[in-house]
Amino acid sequence: MKTLVNFFPDLFQAEVEETLKRIQSHKGVIGTMVVNAEGIPIRTTLDNSTTVQYAGLLHQLTMKAKSTVRDIDPQNDLTFLRIRSKKHEIMVAPDKEYLLIVIQNPCE
Amino acid sequence: MLPASSKMPHKQPPPPRKQSISMGRGARKRDEDSGTEVGEGTDEWVQSKATVKPPDQLDLTDAELKEEFTRILTANNPHAPQNIVRYSFKEGTYKLIGFVDQLAVHFTQVGNLIPKDSDEGRRQHYRDELAASSQESAKVVISETEILEEEEEPKEVEAGSQTDVPIVEASEKMAEEELMTPKQPKERKLTNKFNFSERASQTFNNPLRDRECQMEPPPRTNFSATANQWEIYDAYMEELEKQEKTKEKEKTKTPVAKKMGKMAMRKMTSMESQSDDITKVTQAAKIVERMVNQNTYDDVAQDFKYYEDAADEYRDQEGTLLPLWKFQNDKAKRLAVTALCWNPKYNDLFAVGHGSYDFMKQSRGMLLLYSMKNPSFPEYIFSSESGIMCLDMHVDHPYLVVVGHYDGNVAIYNLKKPHSQPSFRSSAKSGKHTDPVWQVRWQKDDMDHNLNFFSVSSDGRIVSWTLVKSELVHTDVIKLKVEGSTTEGLEGLQIHTVGCGTAFDFHREIDYLFLVGTEEGKIYKCSKSYSSQFLDTYDAHNMAVDAVSWNPYHTKVFMSCSSDWTVKIWDHTIKTPMFIYDLNSAVGDVAWAPYSSTVFAAVTTNGKTHVFDLSINKYEAICNQPVVAKKKNKLTHVQFNPIHPIIIVGDDRGHVTCLKLSPNLRKMPKVQSWGIWAAKKESLQVGRGVVGERKGRSQGIAPGFWLWRPRAG
Repeated sequence: MKTLVNFFPDLFQAEVEETLKRIQSHKGVIGTMVVNAEGIPIRTTLDNSTTVQYAGLLHQLTMKAKSTVRDIDPQNDLTFLRIRSKKHEIMVAPDKEYLLIVIQNPCE
Repeated sequence: MLPASSKMPHKQPPPPRKQSISMGRGARKRDEDSGTEVGEGTDEWVQSKATVKPPDQLDLTDAELKEEFTRILTANNPHAPQNIVRYSFKEGTYKLIGFVDQLAVHFTQVGNLIPKDSDEGRRQHYRDELAASSQESAKVVISETEILEEEEEPKEVEAGSQTDVPIVEASEKMAEEELMTPKQPKERKLTNKFNFSERASQTFNNPLRDRECQMEPPPRTNFSATANQWEIYDAYMEELEKQEKTKEKEKTKTPVAKKMGKMAMRKMTSMESQSDDITKVTQAAKIVERMVNQNTYDDVAQDFKYYEDAADEYRDQEGTLLPLWKFQNDKAKRLAVTALCWNPKYNDLFAVGHGSYDFMKQSRGMLLLYSMKNPSFPEYIFSSESGIMCLDMHVDHPYLVVVGHYDGNVAIYNLKKPHSQPSFRSSAKSGKHTDPVWQVRWQKDDMDHNLNFFSVSSDGRIVSWTLVKSELVHTDVIKLKVEGSTTEGLEGLQIHTVGCGTAFDFHREIDYLFLVGTEEGKIYKCSKSYSSQFLDTYDAHNMAVDAVSWNPYHTKVFMSCSSDWTVKIWDHTIKTPMFIYDLNSAVGDVAWAPYSSTVFAAVTTNGKTHVFDLSINKYEAICNQPVVAKKKNKLTHVQFNPIHPIIIVGDDRGHVTCLKLSPNLRKMPKVQSWGIWAAKKESLQVGRGVVGERKGRSQGIAPGFWLWRPRAG
């Protein structure tokens, strides 16, 4: 899959863009953002200050969670992280270099 | 003690007083005053016999002036205390000390003269001597050696006498001292304490200048890392991969390959650097989309997993279908669902083929693969020019999907390579059908491990396609002929009317055996090996047979449905059906349940789904439920999920609805052996054995279904 991505970037770029658009327009989704490995947001649908805040805090938390999972069993890895709060749910899906964060209000 | 009044001036008429020092001072002051006031030359000095009175002088009468005051000089210290008291511990009282020290020290000065005979003095003297002697040591040594040589001769002569030796030594010492002392004053210069001055001169000091040069500091960066267990593990895995890569490279050692490798590597790296960052989020985006959907359809997911309709207990053998998700896609909105298939490996993945059954309105087709985890968008989308009529997924290679098109073509899609185009496609050259392909089915790989599938079409041909080296090669297996319809043509040719196949199904255990349903309503039992003759023919229906299906457990039972509103269940050894069900509407599809040999479902064009369980009710459906909202929606296909208790139903509007079977519909047979049988597809023998048991229990049930004896007559 990785090699294909590299040889056909346009194909996959369009697909990913579409997926992100779909997620954003899904019912209850408040915002989505893509954060890189250093905690700097690359793409977001929220305002700047909120984005920066979310990015910084969630980046650290995800690293911690990932470290915990892998410490227990190095062959294991973190797939995603879900934080359910009173108001909404924050979903974080870590990738090798990026972090995808989605905030959704599950029950409308 | 100073002598009294030694400085009394003569000028004053001195009363015979003995004054102490204090008075003397006062007189001196007067003298100075009188001197300064007048002092203008020697004349005035003589004249100054006249007394001048200072303004603050005491005015005393003559009598008082003549008064005599006696002053006694003592050696007592006026400042010494006279009444020192000390505490006596012996007597326990304070006692006055009689004798007080009267010594008063007026002046002290510490000198730097040392007596010659004291220790310090002798030491200094000795040091001075050493300093002098070191200068003359050379001369002394020479003289000493001379003396020694002189003295040694007499020593040797007077060998025995020891008294001479100390004398000689003493004389040597004496000589030394004599030599030393006259030379001392010559060497040491006595510095004159009074007018000795040292003069020094200094050369001009060059001005000092600092010159510095500094290199550029080496570039520094901060580096921090953690060393966890998993980081170490990752490092080891990377090493392993590198090693494996190098091994592979070593194995493929051709110069061309190397070049290609390098080029590819360069391309890869450049692509990697150029490719947009966003593409790497694909995987994460997929996961998040599923999560978001899970949240939205949370209750549905919960129902799917855990909900069991409790009302079934009271419902007296009837069951219901609980609607779960609804899958639809904008692109396939106008197209009917023409085929459904669950993936044999991934139980949440299913394929939907879209096309059109309408002869007049033929447009494009679509192949969508949905996952239950993401009901809002399909996982894979493929579009084709011609409508898809049927599809099948390979059991061993769950990424291979074969589809049959309305225009007679067949194609294979490879899900691992997500292009929009099929990997392999038939064409007019390679022997495609001339009519729509109604059913395709994968077969086991042939002897050369090539992929193989069958297709049936309205042009009367059943074709076996083999994928040989990425090309589809076809072989006609059977040409369907309508029996009894040979007509005499010109010159005695026998022209057969070609039958149109609309459905087929392969037997699960007997490999060569399969059934074909035709447009005329007949079902033919065929064998792969006989290409011209059918093993058997059944007059099944009045209209075209829409589907045939072997029972997954009973090896002899199969089922067929047709647009003539009926569903019929057959034993393949008996020409007439065992059961006939009239469903009041054209039946689109039937399917056996994978968990029980007696349960099956049928969908009709009036939007209803019927579920039958022959072990409970042989004549009626135990569930009869409208599944789609509008009555105009015709249901086209139904499929059971192999693992989960759900079915998917497709309609002609392009929607796929997922329904959960209530417990009553999922009843497994109660006898233990039935349970084993229902759970696994056992061999024929087990099946027969169980049938035997069933025989015993089947009292009061009409024979025919349970007893596998050929009917007489």
